[in-house]
Amino acid sequence: MASESVMPIKATRRSSGLGDKVFALICQAAGILVLILLGALIIELFIAGLPAFRAFGIAFVTSTEWDPVQELFGAGVSIYGTIVTAVLAIVLAVPLAFGVAFFLTELAPPWMRRPVGTAVELLAAVPSIIYGMWGFFVIAPAFAQNVQPWIIDNIGEWPVIGFLFQGAPFGTGLFTAAFILAIMVLPFIAATMRDVFEQVPPVFKESAYGLGATTWEVMKGVVIPYTRVSVVGGIMLGLGRALGETMAVTFVIGNANRISTSLFGPGNTIASLVALEFGESEIGSLKLSSLLALGFILFLLSFVVLATSRYLLRSRLKA
Amino acid sequence: MSLSLSSMPHPGPRKDAAMAARLGASRKRADIIIRTLCIAATVIGLVLLASILITLFYRGFDALSLRVFTHITAPPGSEGGLLNAIVGSLIQSVIGTAIGTPIGMLVGTYLAEYAKDSWLGNAVRFVSDILLSAPSILIGLFVYQILVLPFGGFSGWAGIAALAIIVIPIVVRTTEDMLQLIPNTLREAVVGLGAPKWKMIVLVCWRSAIAGIMTGILLAVARVAGETAPLLFTSLGNNAWSTDLSKPMSSLPVTIYSFAGSPFEDWIALAWAGALLITLGVLSLNILARTLLRSRT
Repeated sequence: MASESVMPIKATRRSSGLGDKVFALICQAAGILVLILLGALIIELFIAGLPAFRAFGIAFVTSTEWDPVQELFGAGVSIYGTIVTAVLAIVLAVPLAFGVAFFLTELAPPWMRRPVGTAVELLAAVPSIIYGMWGFFVIAPAFAQNVQPWIIDNIGEWPVIGFLFQGAPFGTGLFTAAFILAIMVLPFIAATMRDVFEQVPPVFKESAYGLGATTWEVMKGVVIPYTRVSVVGGIMLGLGRALGETMAVTFVIGNANRISTSLFGPGNTIASLVALEFGESEIGSLKLSSLLALGFILFLLSFVVLATSRYLLRSRLKA
Repeated sequence: MSLSLSSMPHPGPRKDAAMAARLGASRKRADIIIRTLCIAATVIGLVLLASILITLFYRGFDALSLRVFTHITAPPGSEGGLLNAIVGSLIQSVIGTAIGTPIGMLVGTYLAEYAKDSWLGNAVRFVSDILLSAPSILIGLFVYQILVLPFGGFSGWAGIAALAIIVIPIVVRTTEDMLQLIPNTLREAVVGLGAPKWKMIVLVCWRSAIAGIMTGILLAVARVAGETAPLLFTSLGNNAWSTDLSKPMSSLPVTIYSFAGSPFEDWIALAWAGALLITLGVLSLNILARTLLRSRT
């Protein structure tokens, strides 16, 4: 009996050394594969964009030219459109996201939190292309008929910021793209805010309530200062997502290669330009190389924003 | 009480009863205004979701008929369906997830069990998080460069590769999170019985975390099923019936994209039907994943 129970242990121990090494190696190899993937992505995009960088130099980034006939390409307009729509989307989304997160953590009765929270998170699950169709067939006409004429009449005449809201109400354009983007990033920002708001130790909030503070004062004086860094991290995460959104933007931005002073004017973003023009580019052409160079620039933009976001959210990641 | 207050040197509002009442009222008012705005923000969020769903049902339901599931895409005006797009999407999403999931699970296991705080582990975690939020169109361009250009054209395999790269970081995140929830005492118990580490991970840790990992896989399927941008440059789309993975392959999102942008009424109607199908599928997968996770935790 005794020898029987000892034998298998010995046997396992001998094989376990090898099994453990192999399994650990496989896991590590998978991890390194992920590193290689991102590294290869950067290098491939850069190499493919090299002919464009060579042909136009650093001016590629600032040039507003996009002329396939004369083979003159520049990234200026699409970089402008990418940044304007993404930033405007954040400006629109942050107050909404804050409201949702505040409602879910402090105001809503417990039974309501889960269904409402899930519903808002489902906004993040709706595919990009659906936002595009909805934006193109529902939002753009509504903007063209009602929203934009009203804004043009009422805000277009204001000093200083009025010029942003002038021009014809096309319905599509930078503003509509930013509006759709705002809805798409809202759930990401709201979910991060809700999670970090929930991490505030209850005793801090209770102390403030004990001093007679109202719910808003607790939010303003305790919760927001305590979570400030993570909240900014959540906003940066939303910004990173907004920069690279493709399909939804392609539907509603108007796709014109010019910088309009008005937010209602048409424009394009890096992602929308690549999606639209890629099919019409020949293999080996300077245009294709320019599009891939645009991809490289987009990668740099989103990498910086996402890395910052992750750095700011590191305390939350550890918790 | 009032004695000690009045003996305090600084002139607080409490000295003036009317002023105190005014201040109290304005604080309450600010609170009520902010509360109302926050409720309004939540209502706006819900209304937007409802608006999307209502639009999809309103426009998509009429166009949804048996023909959509039995016929393949056809030129405008000739009674086409979406069969090839639906099948193509299913094939690419399922195989893409099947390839991405094991890699993602191994990476997540590496991060949770082997490299909690090593520099390599931190680097992998960082890169995986970047990949999770990186623009999916770039993954399409990348796969175009490495699989489409050198191997002579668009193919279902290239689409699958792009989707698999999107799946990996999603599964990494959930696997690592779920493995971290497992108490160390369980690991110690297994090792204490003399089991090697790999058996501890495979037979105990993975099994305890299976509900969470399944959630991640379902969310990954839901995510890739709706991806359009990466497929534009990889599997391209195909209007004929084809299950050959070495040829261009149709997919629902890409078909919706080209149909919705067309000037033909029947194509646009089909695009709405496809949009309804894909959204219902993706949202039900999401809800299923959440219920699965909740029932186990």
